[in-house]
Formats: sequence, C-alpha cells, structure tokens
Amino acid sequence: MTLAIHDYRLPRLLHPVAWWAWAIGLAMAANRTTNPLLLALIAVVAAYVVAARRELGAASPFGAFLRLGLLAITLRVVFQVLLGGGTPGRTVLFTLPEIPLPSGSSGVRLGGPVTLEGVLAAAYEGARLAAVLACIGAANTLASPRRLLRYVPATLYEVGTALVVALTYAPQLVDDARRVRVARRLRGHGGRGIRELARLAVPVLDSALERSLNLAASMESRGYGRSVHRDARSRRQATALTLAGLSGVIAGVYGLLDGSPAPLLGLPLLIVGSVAATASLAVGARRDPRSRYRPDPWATPEWLVLGCGAAAGVLVLIAAQRGVPGMVVQTSPAQWPILPWLPALGVLLALVPAWLSPLPPLRAIGPLGGLQGGLQDVGATS
Amino acid sequence: MIRFEDVGVRFDDRREPVLRGVDLRVDEGEMVLVVGSTGSGKSTLLRCVNGLVPHFSGGTLSGRITVDGRDTRTHRPRDLADIVGVVGQDPAAAFVTDTVEEELAYGMESLGVTGDVMRRRVEETLDLLGLADVRQRTLRTLSGGQQQRVAIGGVLAAHPRILVLDEPTSALDPVAAEEVLAALTRLVHDLGLTVLLAEHRLERVVQYADRVVVVQNGRVRADLPAAAMATSPVSPPVVDLGRLAGWSPLPLSVRDARRAAGPIRLQLAGRTPVRVVKPVPTSVQHTALLSAQALVVNRGRRAVLRGIDLEVNPGEIVALMGRNGSGKSTLLAAACGQLPARLGSVRTGGLDPASLKPRQLVRHVGLVPQDPGLLLYGETVGGECRAADTDMHAAPGTTRAILAHLAPDVEDDTHPRDLSEGQRLALALAVVLAGKPPLVLLDEPTRGLDYGAKTRLVASLRLLAAEQHGVLVATHDVELVAELADRVVVIADGEVVTDGPTDAVLAGSPAFAPQVAKVMHPQPWLTVADVAAALVQPPPLAV
Repeated sequence: MTLAIHDYRLPRLLHPVAWWAWAIGLAMAANRTTNPLLLALIAVVAAYVVAARRELGAASPFGAFLRLGLLAITLRVVFQVLLGGGTPGRTVLFTLPEIPLPSGSSGVRLGGPVTLEGVLAAAYEGARLAAVLACIGAANTLASPRRLLRYVPATLYEVGTALVVALTYAPQLVDDARRVRVARRLRGHGGRGIRELARLAVPVLDSALERSLNLAASMESRGYGRSVHRDARSRRQATALTLAGLSGVIAGVYGLLDGSPAPLLGLPLLIVGSVAATASLAVGARRDPRSRYRPDPWATPEWLVLGCGAAAGVLVLIAAQRGVPGMVVQTSPAQWPILPWLPALGVLLALVPAWLSPLPPLRAIGPLGGLQGGLQDVGATS
Repeated sequence: MIRFEDVGVRFDDRREPVLRGVDLRVDEGEMVLVVGSTGSGKSTLLRCVNGLVPHFSGGTLSGRITVDGRDTRTHRPRDLADIVGVVGQDPAAAFVTDTVEEELAYGMESLGVTGDVMRRRVEETLDLLGLADVRQRTLRTLSGGQQQRVAIGGVLAAHPRILVLDEPTSALDPVAAEEVLAALTRLVHDLGLTVLLAEHRLERVVQYADRVVVVQNGRVRADLPAAAMATSPVSPPVVDLGRLAGWSPLPLSVRDARRAAGPIRLQLAGRTPVRVVKPVPTSVQHTALLSAQALVVNRGRRAVLRGIDLEVNPGEIVALMGRNGSGKSTLLAAACGQLPARLGSVRTGGLDPASLKPRQLVRHVGLVPQDPGLLLYGETVGGECRAADTDMHAAPGTTRAILAHLAPDVEDDTHPRDLSEGQRLALALAVVLAGKPPLVLLDEPTRGLDYGAKTRLVASLRLLAAEQHGVLVATHDVELVAELADRVVVIADGEVVTDGPTDAVLAGSPAFAPQVAKVMHPQPWLTVADVAAALVQPPPLAV
C-alpha cells in the first residue's frame, strides 16, 4: 500500500488539497490574461480534466459554474451596450437612442453609440471571470468542499466543524420546510403567501433549533472538544499564528490573481503566509489529541497534480510580467487575437492530470459497475 | 460501576423536582432496564449518567453521581466519553457526519484513537452490527433499523464500558427492533458491557434484564425483574396476564408464561372471544370512506405503492402494518392528497383528495402525522385550539372541548412543546377532529406513548368508530392492533400481502402475534381483556 499509492494506476480519490491547488494555479493563469483564445483553452482544459477524473455518482456543480460564467459574460456585454462605459472606440456598430441624464453625472450615459471596441473589451473581461469560475467549478467537482474541510488546520477545528454542520444542516432545513408546508394542508391552508410563510417559519425554526441542540448534545457526549489541555496563552498564540498565516496566504493569492498591486508583491506574501500557516499547523497538530480516520495520503500523484497546476499559473504569470505579446489583446483598435505559445504551453501542462492521476474508485470499475453503484444509490433512498 | 448517592434533580421552571433521593448502584456487566410512565424522569435519570444533566441541560443536581470513580460534577460529558456511550431515541438527530464509516469513526477521532486501531475497530463494528453492506452509504438514505444500528455502532466503536440507551427501538418495526435488541444482548454477553436501557414497549426487553429500575414520581426503586413487575405502574401484556391468573413468580417471557398457562388454557378450551362483529353496511347508497383501486404512487421516480386495493368503511378501524419503508406512510399521504396517484385511483368519500382545496380537504379526511408537532404552530395550547377552530370552520370552543375529552389534564397556557408525547398527540388529534372528518388517519401514533396513554388513545378511537367515523392506523405496535383494530392490512414492498380480520391475521404469523396470542396458542385470544372477559363468563353448556 505504502508504495502502491505512489503509482497513479492505483484507483483512489486524490487528496482534495491537490485538486484545489491545481485549480487555483489554473485560475491564477486565467486571471492574468484577457486573451479569449487562452481563456477558452483554460476552460477546455478544466472541462476535460473534470470529464476524465470526476467520480461517478458524485455531485457535479461544474455545469452550474459554467452557466454562471456565461451569465457573467452576458451581463458585462449588456451593461456595456446600455451604459456605454469608458472605452473609446471608433467602430460604431449601432446607435441606441440616448436618454439625456442631468448634468453632473459625467461619465455615465444611457444608450448612445455602441462601439465594437467597447463590446469586445467587456466580453473579454467577462470571459476572464467565466474562466476563473470554470476553474473553481472544476475544483468543486473533482474534490467536494466537504472533503476539503477535513483538512482545516487543527487550531481552527471549531470553525471547520461549524462549516461541516452547516453543510449538513442546510439540506435538512429545506426538508423540514417542505414537510411543514405539506402538513399545513391538513389544517386547511395552502401553505403559500406571506402570512402563511410567517406562520410556518416558527415551527421550522423551532425544529431547527431542537435539532441543533440534539446534535450538540450528541457531539458533547461523544467526546467532542475533549481534553485539549492547553493553556490559554499557547492556544492564543497558535490561533494568532494560524490566522496571520491564512490571511497572508489569502492576501498573497489575491495579489497574484489581481495583479494591480506592486509587481509580484503577491508572491512574497504568499510564501510568508504559507510558512506561517505551516508552522501553526505543525504546532497545532502536535498539541491536538484528536486523530483522523483514513486520512487521504499525500504521495507522488498529488505532487504531480499540484505541480501541473502551479506550472500553468507560474508560466502565465511570467509571460504577463515579461509583457509577452498576446497576453492582453488590444481592443482599441480591435485586433484579431493571437495565441501566445509560452503561456498556452503552460496551460496545456495543467491537462496532464487527465491521464497521470489516479482514477476515482467507482469510475475505475467501469461504466457498468458505476451504473450499478448508481442504481444502488437510487434504491437506497427508499 | 455507576453510583447514585442521594441524587436529586430540579429544573428552574418546574415546581417539583424531577428526581429526588435517588440511591442506585449498577455493577459491571449488568443489564438494567429503566421503566416508568411518560414524564416520570426516566430520560433525566439516564442523562445524569454521562453528565448531560446538569452540564448540558441546566438545572440543579444535588447528591453525588460517580461513574467508574469519576464524579459527574467535575467531569463534563466529553470527559466521560471514553467510559459512557449514549444512544438516544431518534438516531438521525444525533448523527454528526454523513456516511456510515465516518459516523462510526467520529467518537474514536475525538478520543484520539490511533489510525490503524481505528481502522480495525470500524471493520469489527461493521461486522458486529451487520452494516458492512452499507458502509459507504449516506446516513440519510438508510432505513430506521439500519440508522439505529449505526448510532449504536458509533458509540460502541469507541469501546465504552457503559452503554446508555433511551428507547432505542421505539421507531422500529418488530423485526428491526428484534435485530437491534439481539445485537445488544449479544454485546452484553460477549463483551460484558454494562447497559442501562429505557424502553416503553416492555414486552420486547423485560426478559433480557438483570434488574429493573422503576421510576415513579421522581423516586427510584430497583428490584429483580419479576418483583419489580408485580407492582410496576407499567407492565407488558404477559405480566398482566400473569397478574390476572395469579401466577407466581410472574412470567416475564412468552416461554415462562406458556409453561404456566396450561390450566388456564384448559379452563378456556372451547370458548371463543366475545368480539363485536360490525355489520358492513350493504345499502345501495353506501360509499366507502376511503377506497383505493390499483393505486400506484411514486416518490421521485420510484414506485412506492405498486397497485394497492383497500377500502375503509364507516365505523371501521383498520390497522396498516408492514416493515419500515414498505409504503405505509406513502399510502396515508396519498389518502389525504399529499401525493398524487400515478396510476389507479384513490377516493375519499368519492372525491379525489389531491384535487380538493385544503379547505374542503379537512372536511373529508384528517391525518395525524408521525410527528404530531407538524400540525401545531401555536404558542400555547389555548391559542392552538382557537386557531384550529378558525382553520376548521368549527364553532368556537370545539377543539378545546375535544381535547378536554381526550386529555383532561392539559392546561391552556402550556406551550405545545412542553406537553408529553401523549398529550401532544391528543392535541393534534383534537385539531384534526375539529373539522369532523369522516375519515381519520394516524401515522405511528404510539411512538413514545406509555401503556396508560395508549389505553386512552384506544378508548377515544373506539368512540370515533362508534360515531361512524372510519379510522386507518399505520403502526408497528402489534399489542395496539390487537386491542384496537377490526381489520388488519399488511403491506410489503408497496403491495397488499394480507387483508383480513384482526384475530385471523395476528394469530397467523409469529412476527405479528401479540404476546397473549403466543401464550394461548392455539386458542384465539389476543388481549388480556379478552381473556379476563372470558374468565368471568359462565362456561359453555355441554350439549
């Protein structure tokens, strides 16, 4: 087993952190370019890996994220058309009747000429957001956030538990609301309308509260939060270290994604943050008496997946920094986009996990086995 | 192992203490059954053992409780988690994770059991409780029996030395309950666990207990099972039969009773129970209150009912039985229009319930759901009754009058949540009856009810039937069916398996036979009341 996990041919679920890191790398790449060809390539890479390595029968929010991305593009273009925006352009596509606004609202106008340059710029901006969304959707599909939450640092265990409970809880609340509404019919009401809603909120929230109390009692009597015999000071230190580290990581990632702050401020922040976070993890883990059931191993395939994502991000980042032509497509005057070869190669690296990462167990059984598994699941709801 | 020394528990919002002067000692390896009527303080006693009372519930604890030498005043429930495991009434409410394996591991993770030990214990627990087939399933998709076994497994895997169970089988069908209890008794014998168990349906467990603790008015008395049952305020039918016949020692199991029952069987030979056979109205204009014909109902894409034929006539009480998930609740939901018929038809009083407006619906059919709280929205009982009068278009005071009849001691200013299970059921039933529906449906009404509350429920349902209402009760409780129903319909997998008079159906199968029927077999007696009535009758004249 210890050796087998290093071989990508052994079917297993990859460590969720590996997939999320891969997706962040790809998203970083997407965020540094407005080249529609490159953005499309990123989305296709994400989609292909999802198609190749998605566990059968698991929830797949990828489609929803793609639709959200399309909505982002549409909204940006529509707003550009209606409000004009600030992009100067000479190629007028058509002219909308302009509605005069009171003077003083300078820079804002309603209607007026719609230029090709403006529409293109808006579409590219939208496409960038859509590509980032596709990457996040891919991460959500390849490794569910619930699995990721198992790796919340021990010092932040309480926060992690709260998030897990909330994730479990939301669908139950929906169930409760439905049951109460159905029962409302038995008292001669339809269960619709504002007044009904107000009446139904009480029993739904009531049972929600009761359920959470039950859950808390159950967690308490099963030893939750037990014997963490640390003194308050060391606990505060560890928490401060973790929070500082995590903020560093977040600020660093933001810096890398955004690109507007001082050149490469993001990277040092990210590194410092990561070091602080790792240190606090080590300190926290040493003090934490809890153990973990069947932790996902971290082995060669995880490094490979993480490396591919990171390589894509870094190559695109370097290209953007060096001002490689084609990273930012000129819209004024409008130009046909070209595909810059270095960043494109980087993005294609992120496609490697579609072959060189372990298959998820159910998918490995093959479509027939997977189908049977799915049928069992359906039968299970009885 | 567990010691209570002069323990009293008082909650601030109650005038009377819940427990007082409790002295109790439970030794290692004992299986102790805790009995008492609803609201007698059973649950409080059990929750004291791992310190949930008072650390979690609030209230004041006096006296001293030590568990394996640890005082619960200074040890919180989490500090006792390695010795005491607690399983509650509703397993689903206590699940922390969402798959079987993770749930089994959760307690061990908190206790810091190392990875490989944990892995091994999860595998052992899966085998011990027969859960290996469902190990990766989501907890919400399991049946009630499986859920309860997972809840027990999650506690057991952490290897506690004391197991505290509060009504672990109340939601289960007879077979699933047997399954859980069998697993429990095996554990007690194999591992020498100390078990504290509260249970309303004593007939299922009293024969396994080493000692019985009777909780009454906050006081506690521990005794050997037979001695405790002689004076207990609640007792299973087999004990009632023993008391009636004056057997000593009192029988606790069907086996004991059968061996003692020779003379009484001889005395009753040749007699038959005096059962009132209701004439089925045969007039031309008669319509059944509920008639289902080749009814198919889906939940999602799955056909849960697969061609049901069923009639309920005025004045008739019909019991609907079948294992968990066989489609009982779905049939009731279809009968009151919550789910549409996919094929075939369902009619209440000649109309399709799914097409009725809610206001008309309540004039035809009323359902008391499994959780009666679903019907209650008010802040006080009085307010609830007034709201029900308006909802059901009844004269003011109607609901209150019905409630006063069903449960005389409910006060107007109580919050419905603070009522006992039996009182809450009575309130929900009163709300439904305010609309005077000719057809009354009840889903699992005896969950959490003690024998006294059950007797009152039987009396009020009988009265309804006498007023030509039709009653359809979905239940697992064979003793209730024996006392209540005129006819029994058994469904399995969405199809009607049996439909016939109660005595014929119940006597015919060991899983469904009530205790008295098993004791008196092959004679056709179902309840203690039947036997008592026959005993006072003069013997039949020899011809």
